[in-house]
Amino acid sequence: MSIDKETVKHIAHLARIELQPNELEKLSLQLHDILGFIDKISGLDIDKVSPTSHILPVSNVLRDDYPHVSLPAEKALENAPSKKGNFFSVPKIIE
Amino acid sequence: MKYETVIGLEVHLQLKTKTKAFCGCAIDFGQPPNSNVCPVCLGFPGTLPVYNKEALNYAIKVALAFDCQIQEHTKFDRKNYFYPDLPKNYQISQYDLPLSRQGHMMITSKDAPKRIGITRIHLEEDAGKLIHEADASLVDFNRTGIPLLEIVSEPDLSSPQEAFDYLTGLKSIVEYLDVSDCDMEKGSLRCDANISLRPEGAKELGVKTELKNMNSFKGVKDALVFEVSRQTELLQSNQAMVQETRLWDADGGRTIVMRSKEGAKDYRYFPDPDLAVFIIDQPMIAKIKSALPELPQEKLRRFVRDYSLTEYDAGILVSSKGDAEFSEACIQKYQGHDKKIMVNWLIGPLLSEANSRKVKLHELKLDKNELLSLIGLVEKQEISLLSAKSVLTQAIDTQKPVQVLIKEGNLSQISNTDLLQQIIETVIAENTKSVDDFKAGKTNALMFLVGQVMKKSAGKANPKIVSDLINRRLS
Repeated sequence: MSIDKETVKHIAHLARIELQPNELEKLSLQLHDILGFIDKISGLDIDKVSPTSHILPVSNVLRDDYPHVSLPAEKALENAPSKKGNFFSVPKIIE
Repeated sequence: MKYETVIGLEVHLQLKTKTKAFCGCAIDFGQPPNSNVCPVCLGFPGTLPVYNKEALNYAIKVALAFDCQIQEHTKFDRKNYFYPDLPKNYQISQYDLPLSRQGHMMITSKDAPKRIGITRIHLEEDAGKLIHEADASLVDFNRTGIPLLEIVSEPDLSSPQEAFDYLTGLKSIVEYLDVSDCDMEKGSLRCDANISLRPEGAKELGVKTELKNMNSFKGVKDALVFEVSRQTELLQSNQAMVQETRLWDADGGRTIVMRSKEGAKDYRYFPDPDLAVFIIDQPMIAKIKSALPELPQEKLRRFVRDYSLTEYDAGILVSSKGDAEFSEACIQKYQGHDKKIMVNWLIGPLLSEANSRKVKLHELKLDKNELLSLIGLVEKQEISLLSAKSVLTQAIDTQKPVQVLIKEGNLSQISNTDLLQQIIETVIAENTKSVDDFKAGKTNALMFLVGQVMKKSAGKANPKIVSDLINRRLS
């Protein structure tokens, strides 16, 4: 399986990463190799392997509906690049 | 050409658990911003979500109440997108193995039952709240991670009214289950609508519009009504329909197109590796099923059967759980043979008192025993029905006992024949034409004369005795 540059550009956009032309070139090649590596799986006989979504054989991990102590707001906001009062502040989002 | 309307609804419900879906932060509305947050719901690296047992329990209850098939294997997936109200940059949701599928709900359409399919009910988590200021957007993550259920209907709804009835029915069922506040104005229930038109009888669906930003059931209905006429106009003038998202502008009474987010639909779902799968086996389902309360439709059927109510009357009484319980308690306390009398009080005077006060029936400040004693006095003809209704209003206003109110208002019914006779003589003297009409065989004239006596007695005369007396006097 190969990957074209347009797809890499699209993925970079979805990830909000700006790529320079040389980076695009380099990453396209690397992704191509990685996908080629993963492609080896399609050569395996997996008829007898059932699909899974998780690598560990555990299920129904649940917790009781019991409150814990939350972070104090000032602690939660401590690393915020920008804040206003008790709010995180971000560049204005227009819907 | 005639068109038919096709509507499907997506409802998001906040579950009213004590804590969030994946962390122990309390769900406590009205707290200062960013005070119910922790490293898990803030999406800090290295934290691990663990799902809330009660949320799963609530969700299965809802799925069962809508007759869904619970999936034996279910899992969480990540829905990836960037938005400032989403600290992890993905929402934990469910993609290809949702909690449940293939449910349904019944509504009444054109006096006939109609089955509305439910495609799926799945688990997810709420996002934070944004406040837009002139130069910045402010983020409060208190709401982030509150457990949500998404209930997706099939495109089985054929009119804005059906959509409204579906929402009302859905809310009623969820309220009976006591798992969500279902308050659209407060955001604990949210609804998006997909609507398209197609030539009548056509099989394939037309181009749809997704409607957002409605904050009441009426808003959903109004937005759909607007959209039906907007789309009809477009189609009739042969203009191309575009698939788009539109926002309901309640003040302007119209929908406006929402600026589309580029690539917004590329969510790149994949299984959340932080969360193990759930295996929901039959014993677990059976256990939850056995604990389900009586649901509105069952209660309706039981009211019809046990209390000889009409479907219509029963439908009014069961629509809210509180009202149904209040009504049933009243009906059971009522000793009379004909339960219909109590029912008529409930859906007549009491409901109108509730409506005029904008509260639910069961929220009226009225002691059931006072209501029973009032009805008893009417039956013993100690007070007229007319006076009784005004006593009811006062009893709710003042919370005084009805006996006291009747005494204070001097409202005891006049059954004293001598006293009534005097009034009747005056009425006969003043209404010679009606007297002649009565003698000529017009029975309506009797009703009129009785009415005049009632008026003169300020509603206190016993109409049955008055009627007998006039009859005797004039024949």
